[in-house]
Amino acid sequence: GLFHLSIVVLCPPLTSDSISTVLAAATITMKLTSTVCFPRQEIMKWNGWGYSDSKFLFNKKGQAEFTGKRYRLSGMVLPSLQDWFENTFGASVNHKSPPALNASAVPPASLNEAFVEDLKATGIPFSHEAEDRVFRAHGHCLHEIFALREGKKFERVPDMVVWPNCHSDVVKIVELACKHNVCLIPYGGGTSVTSALECPPEETRCIVSLDTSQMNRILWIDEKNLVAHVEAGIIGQDLERLLNESGYCTGHEPDSMEFSSLGGWVATRASGMKKNVYGNIEDLVIHIKVVTPRGVIEKSCQGPRMSTGPDIHHFILGSEGTLGVVTEVTMKIRPIPEYQKYGSVVFPNFEAGVACLREVAKQRCAPASIRLMDNEQFQFGHALKPQVSSIFTNFVEGLKKFYITKFKGFDPHQLVVATLLFEGDRERVLQHEKQVYDIAATFGGLAAGEDNGQRGYILTFVIAYLRDLGMDYYVVAESFETSVPWDRVLDLCRNVKERINRECKERGVQFQPLTSCRVTQTYDAGACVYFYFAFNYRGLADPVHTYERVEHAAREEILANGGSLSHHHGVGKLRKEWMKESISSLGVGMLQSVKDYVDPDNIFGNRNLL
Amino acid sequence: MASKTLYSQRDPMLKRDGFEDILEERRNSSDLKYALRCYAPVLYKGVTPCKANMLKNIVLQSDQLRYVINQVSQESGEAPDIIQEEASVILEEMAHRLQISTVRFFAFALSKAFKTLFQHVCVNEEGIQRLQQAIQEHPVVLLPSHRSYMDFLLMSYILYTYDLALPVIAAGMDFMGMKFVGEMLRMSGAFFIRRSFGGDKLYWAVFSEYVKTMLRNGFAPIEFFLEGTRSRTCKSLTPKLGLLNIVIEPFFKGEVFDVNLVPISISYERILEESLYARELLGVPKPKESTSGLLKARRILSEDYGSIHVYFGQPVSVRSLAQGKVNRSTYNLFPRHIPRKPMEETQSFVNDTAYRIVRLQEDNMVLKPWVLMASLLLQNLEGMELSVLTEQTVWLRGLALSYAAFLDWPDHAPTAKVVSSSLALHRGLACVSGGRVSLVVGEPLGPVTPEEALFNRAVSVLSCASYRNQVLHVFLRPAMLAVAMHTAASSKKSEWPGLYNCFSFLWDMFSNDFILCPGDTVQDFEEACYLLVKTGAVQMPQQDIVMTDIGQPTLSFFNGLLEPFLQGYQVVCRYLCEEASEGLTEKQYIPAVRSFAVKLILAGNLRCYEVLSSDMQKNALAALLRMDAVRKVKVADQVTLIVNKMAVNSIDDILGGKLPTQKALLARL
Repeated sequence: GLFHLSIVVLCPPLTSDSISTVLAAATITMKLTSTVCFPRQEIMKWNGWGYSDSKFLFNKKGQAEFTGKRYRLSGMVLPSLQDWFENTFGASVNHKSPPALNASAVPPASLNEAFVEDLKATGIPFSHEAEDRVFRAHGHCLHEIFALREGKKFERVPDMVVWPNCHSDVVKIVELACKHNVCLIPYGGGTSVTSALECPPEETRCIVSLDTSQMNRILWIDEKNLVAHVEAGIIGQDLERLLNESGYCTGHEPDSMEFSSLGGWVATRASGMKKNVYGNIEDLVIHIKVVTPRGVIEKSCQGPRMSTGPDIHHFILGSEGTLGVVTEVTMKIRPIPEYQKYGSVVFPNFEAGVACLREVAKQRCAPASIRLMDNEQFQFGHALKPQVSSIFTNFVEGLKKFYITKFKGFDPHQLVVATLLFEGDRERVLQHEKQVYDIAATFGGLAAGEDNGQRGYILTFVIAYLRDLGMDYYVVAESFETSVPWDRVLDLCRNVKERINRECKERGVQFQPLTSCRVTQTYDAGACVYFYFAFNYRGLADPVHTYERVEHAAREEILANGGSLSHHHGVGKLRKEWMKESISSLGVGMLQSVKDYVDPDNIFGNRNLL
Repeated sequence: MASKTLYSQRDPMLKRDGFEDILEERRNSSDLKYALRCYAPVLYKGVTPCKANMLKNIVLQSDQLRYVINQVSQESGEAPDIIQEEASVILEEMAHRLQISTVRFFAFALSKAFKTLFQHVCVNEEGIQRLQQAIQEHPVVLLPSHRSYMDFLLMSYILYTYDLALPVIAAGMDFMGMKFVGEMLRMSGAFFIRRSFGGDKLYWAVFSEYVKTMLRNGFAPIEFFLEGTRSRTCKSLTPKLGLLNIVIEPFFKGEVFDVNLVPISISYERILEESLYARELLGVPKPKESTSGLLKARRILSEDYGSIHVYFGQPVSVRSLAQGKVNRSTYNLFPRHIPRKPMEETQSFVNDTAYRIVRLQEDNMVLKPWVLMASLLLQNLEGMELSVLTEQTVWLRGLALSYAAFLDWPDHAPTAKVVSSSLALHRGLACVSGGRVSLVVGEPLGPVTPEEALFNRAVSVLSCASYRNQVLHVFLRPAMLAVAMHTAASSKKSEWPGLYNCFSFLWDMFSNDFILCPGDTVQDFEEACYLLVKTGAVQMPQQDIVMTDIGQPTLSFFNGLLEPFLQGYQVVCRYLCEEASEGLTEKQYIPAVRSFAVKLILAGNLRCYEVLSSDMQKNALAALLRMDAVRKVKVADQVTLIVNKMAVNSIDDILGGKLPTQKALLARL
């Protein structure tokens, strides 16, 4: 029972209206009518995160609820959210920021007629409807969503959108783009948070958004070698669902997997929640096919490891759409694990928690996922507890709280929680679980149940929806991440939080900001740290600018404390300015020379990275 | 070259806090109650204080120390256990054992002593409030000026009085000679460091880790003296960087978010050690600190030492200072527990910071009227009419105030009263007879040799100079410009470039004697011009700087103010050119210069007694070494001084105004 329940949580929409199904339906329509509108926006918000039917709101009684039917939290009332929200941000549910719905201020399309003519001849569907173009002009950075909500005009959006159906369609499009000097920007799931999808305002050529969503098939599965060959436009949850039907999974589950695409993962060096078992994207790919202005890059075989000079895959992984379009990927698959179990451990403080994760990494016994939330996030998680149905459950909860805070002497304003996810055959999972809990105990950790663990992972999927709720009430929020050596984790977390608090104060933010972090991945030599940062912007003239300055300062603090520029979000245009500092100017030169060779006319002109 | 428009950034009218006398309450309520009252200071981010033993364990088990122990063990072939034991012994010798009971004892005893010795102990309470705030937010380093043994007891006394966290204080090992007192000090928060441990890796590691552990955890504010030792001259000493490097490093390594440095200026109206210092500077060896010596000092208790002013300056954030100057990410590629020499960028930042802090200390030193009188008396060693002294003191007060001196001049008191009460307090230094004021020369018993008489007079002069020295930082920059103008007048050059060259030469020459921030020559020159113009002493038409009609008294006072330094340095130069033998060793240098000067004075060829001060002799030598006019060569166990006579000679000539600066610079090349 539990196992199935958890799958529901992790892979929310099992219903028939998953994105690609809708899109596929559209494709059929298109073939009949040839007036093209691929209606992602029909099921997804045009000015916020995720599905249109799923959102947080404060109902007439002032209680928070989460609408829709897709998630475990859907349809539930969350009685403590309002208090938490008001106390944390000094916000009030009575102060609603009016959403402006003037979204039609879209610059007119400037089309390259010759290109359009040639494209028509290929029969590949395209569109220059304003809605389609604006939808693909942004990712999910705060400033992008804020601009959409405020109805601000985008300086530059794609002039048209094109939907290739397969690898050879992409080859044709890229050839035509080269022929007519058109700028191409690949678009996968649109979940970028690095301004990577923003059109460079200085671009004078026609910009074509190349939407990969129609290339969403699993082309073959090779059970002997446990690999699958997949088109790169497939969305994470669809890939898992389709593989599950054959008894397999990739195990690659980035937090954005509901919406992000395989090609996007490759282009940004994505990382999945369960990388401890399955690896990150660079460990998962066996073969990549990329269409570039110079032609198609691929390898000659699928050898599991090669010594053939620097791995050309690594020019593609993390290239952020600057070199070409990833069309097909051969990727490792695994049989679906027999058993899955959540868990959680409460520690008296963050220091103890980090020490425990470090030890787990040292002993190389990390479960599929192990994450450590700080106290702020622990409290936030509690605020998302649904209304308890029976008095009895409430009583048990109360007892647990009493035991942890009073009997064990944990300070509720200090304690932190680690959430765990174990996978494998049942016996081994139980054995593994014991090993991890034993280590935790030596750091003062106290097992806190499966439910708390599971709630932690729910948070991951709904937190992006919460940002939209915040923006309804003058609260802006964003997340950012880094990777850092073990010995600097604590110092980095403390200093970055403090820097944010200080910068907010100096920049006139009237309310105490929320700064929270969690350690989301462990490695032999370090960890990935993920920050959330939010503040109430009432009284600020330009909250987005303030926000951006604070994030800039926070990134500088990260770099000064030995953190990396990015662990998995990528660089995009948001963090370009630090590339030289991060990889040396010689390093930038190396990447530049690859770009110059592969794409001399800058056809893939999104200007990310370099 | 300086542009005319870029004047000093320093606010000439610094805003300063008012003072409260903390002795007042002590005179009206029970000292015992005060010593036993509830003491519950707020600590950094609410940490719980760490027991001395626990602290030692943290240090001994730190990665930093373990690394060095293994390193030393590998180099020496000794087992790590033995080195570990050594480290433990070092730590034992070093560590403080702060105990509230001892602090209470001192609170009681010092209350009694202070009330007898001093009229007032004044503290700026706003500074205390700022400090209280700072202690809660960041690790705090207290950096008081150092003029007396009293300083650190006084500091702890004040912090106890205001219910602030008691500091741990870096003290020189010489205190350890006084067994009982040493232990008492240890229990009131002192930790002891050897004066020199040059190459001793293990010692350095234990020491720096001990300090950093306290700082990182915010267990207690760290207190030390940037000047390294008590200033015997009442001039601020050029800062020592060792400890400052240690307390700043945790910030660069990201171990703390910030470190706050708090400059504290402790001004004594009369210093307990006044004549002791003068004798020490004249070559009577410093009495070894011993408990019985301290007890003899009891007779001190019968005298009046006026007031003490303690000014807690604005906390300085290392983070803000380092912004844009030090790239912290250069620390990313090296394990933080492995000791490493600081990078050049860091070194110059720390050096610069140290100078800025000492200048902040200077800025907030409280000056008494006597300081102005002493400056005038020293320019009139033959004595002066009381009425003239009074008149000139009033004039000098105006000048000092317009240069932003922190002058504590009694309100509403008639000038004559101010002058006479100053003379009364310092009757050991100056006396009035027949309407004339002159320096007191100690009356020795029995017959006196000429040398002895000279020596007695020198004690008076140096004691008096220690008061004049307190005001030097106010006048220094314009005074150097005045000297430059004076020199230029003799070579008929008053144009900017020439004046600036001359100023810059003096700046360089005197940068061991005075606090001149490295690299600030241009800024200081501009400040000097600004101040002289402001008080109407000079005008600056186009390329010239010209003395005005009313500027004469100011400029000649300034020339007189620096005269002893110019003369002193010249005597040193002349000694090195004329008398110094081939194999002059560093050890022989001071007595040799001294006897050379004594000869000159006795022969009536020199009237400057200050050159007898070993402090000036050392500073002059340091300047000559810096300018490559003298070199040190190590021969066997001895350090020998090799003199470039031509260079020294030309420096002598410039100081005497016989040679324009540029020519001299060429000669050096």
